[in-house]
Parts: sequence; C-alpha cells; structure tokens
Amino acid sequence: MDTMSTDTKQGGAMHWHVRKLLTVIAEAALERKLIEESLALGIGGYTISEVRGGGAHGVRAGEWEGERSIEFKVLCDADAADRLAGAIMERYSRHFALVLYTTDVGVLRSEKFS
Amino acid sequence: MTLDPVILFFLLGLVARLLKSDLRLPEPIYEALSVYLLLALGLKGGIELARYPLSQLAPQIAAVVALGCVLPLLAFMVLRGVGRLQRADAASIAAHYGSVSVVTFAAAMTWIEVRGIPSEAYLPLFVALLEAPGIIVGVLLARGASGGATRWVGVLREVVTGKSVILLIGGLAIGAALGPTGVKPIAPWFFDLFKGALTLFMLELGLVTGRQIGALRTSGAFLVVFGVATPLAFGLIGAALGTLMGLSAGGATILAVLAASASYIAAPAAMRVAVPEANPGLSLPVVLGVTFPFNLLLGFPVYHAYVTWLQA
Repeated sequence: MDTMSTDTKQGGAMHWHVRKLLTVIAEAALERKLIEESLALGIGGYTISEVRGGGAHGVRAGEWEGERSIEFKVLCDADAADRLAGAIMERYSRHFALVLYTTDVGVLRSEKFS
Repeated sequence: MTLDPVILFFLLGLVARLLKSDLRLPEPIYEALSVYLLLALGLKGGIELARYPLSQLAPQIAAVVALGCVLPLLAFMVLRGVGRLQRADAASIAAHYGSVSVVTFAAAMTWIEVRGIPSEAYLPLFVALLEAPGIIVGVLLARGASGGATRWVGVLREVVTGKSVILLIGGLAIGAALGPTGVKPIAPWFFDLFKGALTLFMLELGLVTGRQIGALRTSGAFLVVFGVATPLAFGLIGAALGTLMGLSAGGATILAVLAASASYIAAPAAMRVAVPEANPGLSLPVVLGVTFPFNLLLGFPVYHAYVTWLQA
C-alpha cells in the first residue's frame, strides 16, 4: 500500500496512508442493506448522515419517512471498495435511487481500514 | 358542520405546498411528534384495556387479524384484474391498503369523541394488530410461494419490531399497568396536549399530501378511482365486521376507518425493501394524494352512516 507523508505543524511526521473513501447516496430504505453488505466484505466501519437533494428520481426533500435519503461512507482499501461498489450496483442499482463515487484519501492508523 | 382544527391545519399545509411555500417541519420534530402520537394513543387505550377479559378480546383479535389478511387479497384481485397492473405493483399497493394509517385513526378518534359517539377504549390495539398482516400478505402476493420463508419472516420481524407497533403495544401495556390513577402525572402531557400535537402533525401531512397530488398526473385515472372506491368498499366491510363483532357504534366506525385507511409509513418502507421492483411512484400518490385526504375530509361521516344503517 502506498503511503504519503505530511509534516505536522509541530514538525513531527504524520504517516498518511492512501485508502479509498467510497460514498453512497441512497434511499434510507437501503441503510440496513448497505451496512450488511459492508460487514460481509469485512469493512467494519461506516458513517451515515441524512441528506436531501434531487436528481433522476425527482426531489427527495426528506420531509417524511418515505422519502428520506442517506449518505453512507466507508474507508477501505481499493480492492474492498471495488467489491462493495460491485455488490451494491448488482443488487440495488436497478430499483433504487443510488449514487456512488470514490476518492483517494489519506488516513492514519491504516490497519483500521484494510 | 363543526369546523375541525385537525382538518383546517391539514388544509393549511396542503395550500402552503400548492403555493410552493418554503414551509417545512424539521424532520426531528416530525419524528418526535409521531413517537408522541403513537405513545399517547397506546396509553389511552391501555388504561381501560385491563378491564376487559381476554375471553372477550381473543375472538375480536382473531377477527381483526383475519380482516387484515383478506383486504389486501381483495385489493390485489382488483388491481390485477381490473387495473391490469404488474404483479409487483399490484401486490405493493394491496399491502398499503391492507395495512393501516395511524394518523387517520387518530383523526377519526377525535372525530367520534367530539360527536360524543361511544366507543371501546382498547381500539388502538386494533391498529397495532392491523399494521403487519397486510404487509406480509403483500410480500407473499408479490413473491408467491417461491420467495422462500426467510424473506417474509424478515419482513414480519421488521414490521412487528417497527416503531409504530412497539410504541402502540408498549403504550397499551404501560397504560394497562398504570391504570387511571397511575397515569395521572403524565396525563396533561399525553392527553391534554394530544389534539394540539395532532394539528402540527396534520400540517406536515398537508405538505406531504400536496406534493403527492402533483405526482398523481402520472399514475393514471384507474388508480385515482381505486383510491376513492377502495376506502368506500373496505369501510363497509370494516363496519359490517365491527357490527358482527358486537362493537359499539364508535368502535365499528373506527374499525371501518381502519379498513378504509391505507398505510403510508410502515407499508412503503417495508415494500421498498421486500419488493424493490414495485414502483413507489404508483402507490404513494394514490395512498397519500387520494385515499388519505378522502378519508380525512369526507370518509368519517360515510363510515359512521354505514354503522348506523347496519346497527339499526
């Protein structure tokens, strides 16, 4: 795994390890499924927030239970991100409002996000 | 005609949405209000529940659960046979109509109370009983027997452990345990403020309904007619069953309202996951844009008239 280093202000070297941040914006109905898919791939950590917005499936203003949307984020290695995104696309992309994107980020304590 | 604040607030929300106002109730407040309403309904029913012997309640419980299983089957046959809807869509809409709307129930309870129509105190129990069967039958209709047992057992668990059933049953149990004196310290919060809280909830539902009315344009004339005809027919079935069960005029009216109402919280959430190929763009506009306002604005007197006629 590649690493990049950045100096802290105190002058000590922090070791930033490159990981993938995979973000999934989805209907809130998928929350439990997304967690299960992640855990099944050994991705143990995730962050969820409630969001609202609009797109191909119209405006999802999050006004009541039926139209809530969530942003689901995981940090993992590139391989796990690939497999999770693949599983989500295969099982849910046909019938659910879904957006996925990924980006490289630097993390500390890389063992948490393997 | 007495002006009902619950309905006026609903209309205010509706008008605000149609005027494209920026009015919205913050989501956590909506969430807290729904927890409050469910608990208050449960508590109120529970206080009196302990006075009824199980031998009287058990046959009623069985009859109400059977009602919850039969209604979605009827809806499914009409949606498939007359509406020519796809299997998944018909099953999903049938599940919505088999399950119940708690807010419609709350509004109907205040409607009969204002008019002094006597009713059984344990009616919230019926709401809790009717929540799940329609959804389970809907999933079975969509999947057939081929879907495997695990899937609908999962759905059953999700519905039975869902917020509304837990809070209604929990409220009933706590109310029964506390009794009329035990509940006194919390009565101002749960009972005296109830109608005020319900009006806020109705304001929000007016906003939500206003949006779904816009979506009706794409769902077709059949579903709009279905959204009015179904509550009228199911209300009659509920009124007849309530009368056969020996319920009071208020009790039978409420059972008619429950039969006529369609779920817009538990059913959409459960069907979205269990039957993802069903299009929520078909079910939600008819449930929220047609049936919910129809019951609220016009339905209650009709269902009460059914009962008066049947019990005469």
